[in-house]
Amino acid sequence: MTNAILTGLMLGGMYALIAMGLTLQYGVARIMNLSYGEFLIAAAFASHWLFTGWAVSPFLGLAVVVPLAFALNFAIYKILLTPLVRRAPNRDALEVDSILATFGLTFVIQGSMLALFGGAYYSYSFLAFPVQFLGETVAANRLTALGITILLGLALYAALTRTRAGTAVRAVAVDPFAAQLVAINVPQASALTFALGGALVAAAGVLVSTFLTFSASSGVVFTMKALIVVVMGGVGNMLGCLVAGLALGLSEALVASYVDPGLTLAVNFALFLAVLLVKPAGLFGRATR
Amino acid sequence: MSARIAGFSALALAALALLAFVPRLGNAYYLALAISLLQYTVLATAWGMFSGPTRYVSLATTAFFGVGAYTVAVLGEILPWPLVLLTAAALGAIVAGIVGLSTLRLSGVYFVIFTFGLTELIRQLVVWFEVNKSRVLGRYVFVNITQADIYWQLLALTAAVFLLGWLIARSRLGFALRVIGEDETVAKHCGINTTFAKVALFTISATVMTLVGAIMAPRWTYIEPSIAFNSMISFQVLIMALLGGAHRLWGPVLGAVPLTLLFELLSARFPNTFTIILGCIFLLIVYMLPRGVAGLFEKLSTRTSGKTAQRVAA
Repeated sequence: MTNAILTGLMLGGMYALIAMGLTLQYGVARIMNLSYGEFLIAAAFASHWLFTGWAVSPFLGLAVVVPLAFALNFAIYKILLTPLVRRAPNRDALEVDSILATFGLTFVIQGSMLALFGGAYYSYSFLAFPVQFLGETVAANRLTALGITILLGLALYAALTRTRAGTAVRAVAVDPFAAQLVAINVPQASALTFALGGALVAAAGVLVSTFLTFSASSGVVFTMKALIVVVMGGVGNMLGCLVAGLALGLSEALVASYVDPGLTLAVNFALFLAVLLVKPAGLFGRATR
Repeated sequence: MSARIAGFSALALAALALLAFVPRLGNAYYLALAISLLQYTVLATAWGMFSGPTRYVSLATTAFFGVGAYTVAVLGEILPWPLVLLTAAALGAIVAGIVGLSTLRLSGVYFVIFTFGLTELIRQLVVWFEVNKSRVLGRYVFVNITQADIYWQLLALTAAVFLLGWLIARSRLGFALRVIGEDETVAKHCGINTTFAKVALFTISATVMTLVGAIMAPRWTYIEPSIAFNSMISFQVLIMALLGGAHRLWGPVLGAVPLTLLFELLSARFPNTFTIILGCIFLLIVYMLPRGVAGLFEKLSTRTSGKTAQRVAA
């Protein structure tokens, strides 16, 4: 039982980390990014390549991959998504357009990765030794990843609530139009937040690659889990993200160990629907719309 | 107006009669191509029937297509063919009803997310069931259906879909959907039962997609979940409907026909980079032709005739 809960918490921490970037992209920049999981897998491949090719530790790899992802996502927002933002007459239209554009992007990225790496599953061995934790044996790489996840989450939370830039970002999330009235550069803030979300998902990708096997086509599953966590927790809400991520991870681990590992996705969706039926705005969301 | 309708239906009947003779040409390649054309035409039109007026992007075409194909794989040898088709249609309608009732009451994003995951969900459930309960993964389809039979069934379905779409567009339901697409709050205030209208149309559109999957299934002799639930179908159908313009009943055809031919060519020439090319084409359409070829026609016709139909394109 303890083992299942511990596994669930580690899994849930990972889901929370994955979803944090998306909640920024969707909650603040208002881009519903369906290619989100592809960026995670791309980062995982980058980390794999650095580790097996140059023996660069994934922790050092973070320092390379994350800034690169930030720059790349900033460019994507500026070049690919800004025209859509300008064209959209309202938020719903932007949502539809961004869904379509990023859906197309999904296939471009996935196709490129398939062409580069093929359809095989990849993994590498990093910190793969057992350690004792709370009386249970767990893999060191998973525990480290959980630690870094918590650090990243705390840093992000502090940045959003304690700094001036973070306050500006939250203002844009609440009302992008009113934010302009208090001299916030909304397009710039949106672009930077989108890029920050991309950087976070790249960090998640590097961490995930240390303990999970992945393939060029497994991005969709991550996109889906991130979407479910974001909607369940309430769009743009960091705390909701954490709670929903943990709930998802726990339910998955419990079902996998007590019912059947083949039904985890069904449990995800059941949980998602249950939350939506009771509270359509998400666990911590306010029903503004 | 009624003279125009009579003219149109005469033209449509003549085209239908002409198309029915394609299998008689005796060329297997052209027949296969014609089947692909019809398949994507029906799928894209069915997609546009729901997503066009409501503007809810559905990414679950593959899910329904796969349900249809898998029904045939399981029941094809047990039941007579018409009953198999009926069962498939009923299953598709039930799945669509459940998905629609649980998500369409809410905002559109939840619907998109749910349809995005639906294919994967159903695929996992099918795999789970096959591995644990029936203990077979992958089934052979041995039914007495020729390529020409598939073609004629698809042609009949195409005619049915267009007739249905035309009737719906003229009915109260079609009008309600257009109002919902323009502004859902206004629709509610007009006394339209928005949930009912959306779920009803989604179910109709999904049932058609399921039927296409069932009709196409005998084309493969071997079916397994990864073949039946191939997410490329959702993507291709979406591209076609968008290129054509989903807000008109005849729009998706304008996208389905040229793109099926193009994909046929591309997948043969560039099998490795096909997905990338597809993605790029799709992005081009989203940026360059947001209202599709149909929108382009409307723009041109209003420019030449100067009528106020521009309101539609605004």
